[in-house]
Amino acid sequence: MTDMTPLATQVSQVAETVGHNDFTIGLTVFVLAIFVGYYVVWSVTPALHSPLMAVTNAISSVIIVGALITGGVMGMSLSKIFGLLAVFLAAVNIFGGFVITRRMLSMFNR
Amino acid sequence: MLELSDTTIGLCYLVASVLFILSLKGLSSAKTSNAGSLYGIIGMAIAVGATVFSPSVLSYTEILAALVAGGFVGTVIALRIDMTALPQLMAGFHSLVGLAAVFVAAAAFSNPEPFGIGSIGNIHTGSLVEMSLGIAIGAVTFTGSIIAFGKLQGFISGKPVTYPLQHPLNALLGAAMVGLIVSFAMTGSETTLVAITAIALLLGILLIIPIGGADMPVIVSMLNSYSGWAAAGIGFTLNNHLLIITGALVGSSGAILSYIMCKGMNRSFINVLLGGFGGDDAAASAGGSSSGEQKPHKAGSAEDAAFILQNAESVIIVPGYGMAVAQAQHALREMTDVLRESGTKVRFAIHPVAGRMPGHMNVLLAEANVPYEDVLELEDINRDFPTTDVAFVIGANDVTNPLAKTDPASPIYGMPILDVENAKTVLFVKRSLSPGYAGVDNEVFYRENTMMLFGDAKKMCEDIIKAVEG
Repeated sequence: MTDMTPLATQVSQVAETVGHNDFTIGLTVFVLAIFVGYYVVWSVTPALHSPLMAVTNAISSVIIVGALITGGVMGMSLSKIFGLLAVFLAAVNIFGGFVITRRMLSMFNR
Repeated sequence: MLELSDTTIGLCYLVASVLFILSLKGLSSAKTSNAGSLYGIIGMAIAVGATVFSPSVLSYTEILAALVAGGFVGTVIALRIDMTALPQLMAGFHSLVGLAAVFVAAAAFSNPEPFGIGSIGNIHTGSLVEMSLGIAIGAVTFTGSIIAFGKLQGFISGKPVTYPLQHPLNALLGAAMVGLIVSFAMTGSETTLVAITAIALLLGILLIIPIGGADMPVIVSMLNSYSGWAAAGIGFTLNNHLLIITGALVGSSGAILSYIMCKGMNRSFINVLLGGFGGDDAAASAGGSSSGEQKPHKAGSAEDAAFILQNAESVIIVPGYGMAVAQAQHALREMTDVLRESGTKVRFAIHPVAGRMPGHMNVLLAEANVPYEDVLELEDINRDFPTTDVAFVIGANDVTNPLAKTDPASPIYGMPILDVENAKTVLFVKRSLSPGYAGVDNEVFYRENTMMLFGDAKKMCEDIIKAVEG
């Protein structure tokens, strides 16, 4: 991170000295999201549990975000190869998951 | 090239998170479900788009190639797959999420700078813990899903595979993993991370191999949940809230589905995980189901069944996994069409564990054009059996066994069942009188009001259609 602004450098230093700030914020988001997931998923009708699984499978491949960052660096390196492999696998899942979901839902809606 | 600021990307991720929540919410009814899946697609497009145009991504050719190749493979598979094979497809997809999580964590380990979690050989302790957890969950999901895939597809025996010292061995591996994670957090050693990955890969195999085929609804749901927790683990590693939120949503969704499946079998989650159910032990402990002795039962032909069905005013069909195996869903739907033409009221009753994954039977019936409104869940239709003329059981067995209500010694005791014996007549399509998966004899076979229709499910439906049309 050579192009960090002085402020960003300062902020990241403060975050480090205070401790795992990022972790507690992340944990807060995580726990709240579990509650959201709990209530939303109970409202899903049992007849659509298979499409639910297909959709969740597709969206869990949002880890492609991390893969794109390591896969998109310049040059060639081990981490870039890992990243590109992950991009490929996650893309199979995203497209596969959403296509199979649409296929299933079209059967319920005709 | 367009470059988005960190704030813009963060806001895009927030929008994507909200769209993912709305996407799940949309599945609360069939009407809103199409919009729901669209929200999911838009959310994913926003997340991917924002990341591609972030300042960290500098080289586009390779990621574009990987995206297109993966997208092509995924689309082709999803368009071609048979709906009967949906459970193994899901297991296969879960394994890919697991493996992708392993790769992302490995990539972050060998090049941590783009994520701001330290430098090579000097990654923050917290991030090391998160990374090792993400990689471990991902690896367990990967091999566990492959075993589940193999069992569902029939590559690996669907019977529970048990071996001596199974549980002590798993406990030992688990303890070793915890020790290695602690050591990795202190040293950041590459060898330790490889060892963690190897043990997790082995654990995934050992955890799923002892579990029987009919318990797969729980396992597929559980692996769905794991793939979510793996994504959340990676989210913590990369300090990415979109991944954390999505992982938590998927993780809790899979956990709820596993819970619903366990309740459908009245089994505890632990009991399913320990495995071995439905093997020789269960059959032996079922006692009275000794083969050889034939209890009196009534058997009928397709013509007899056609006669009874034609004279019925109301029919409830109870389909099970055997119907899907026999590919009888289309013939069954034609049979219901023929009956409806003569004014019979026909409905379907679905047990929570009727298929090999949650909601599988509903999809199979929807594919065969059975109207959505005619397919009812157990709790909505069970009280209608006493006022129904014919219960037509096809490919199901254990889910209709009254022993679950009366015999505390039975392995299926307490499982919610469809009270087919309360209907005036029960037509039971089955190949033989053999007990079901749980190894328990079904007393419905020997009841006064039951007629057994021996034969292949698909052929039986076709013969009944012929007989009705005369």
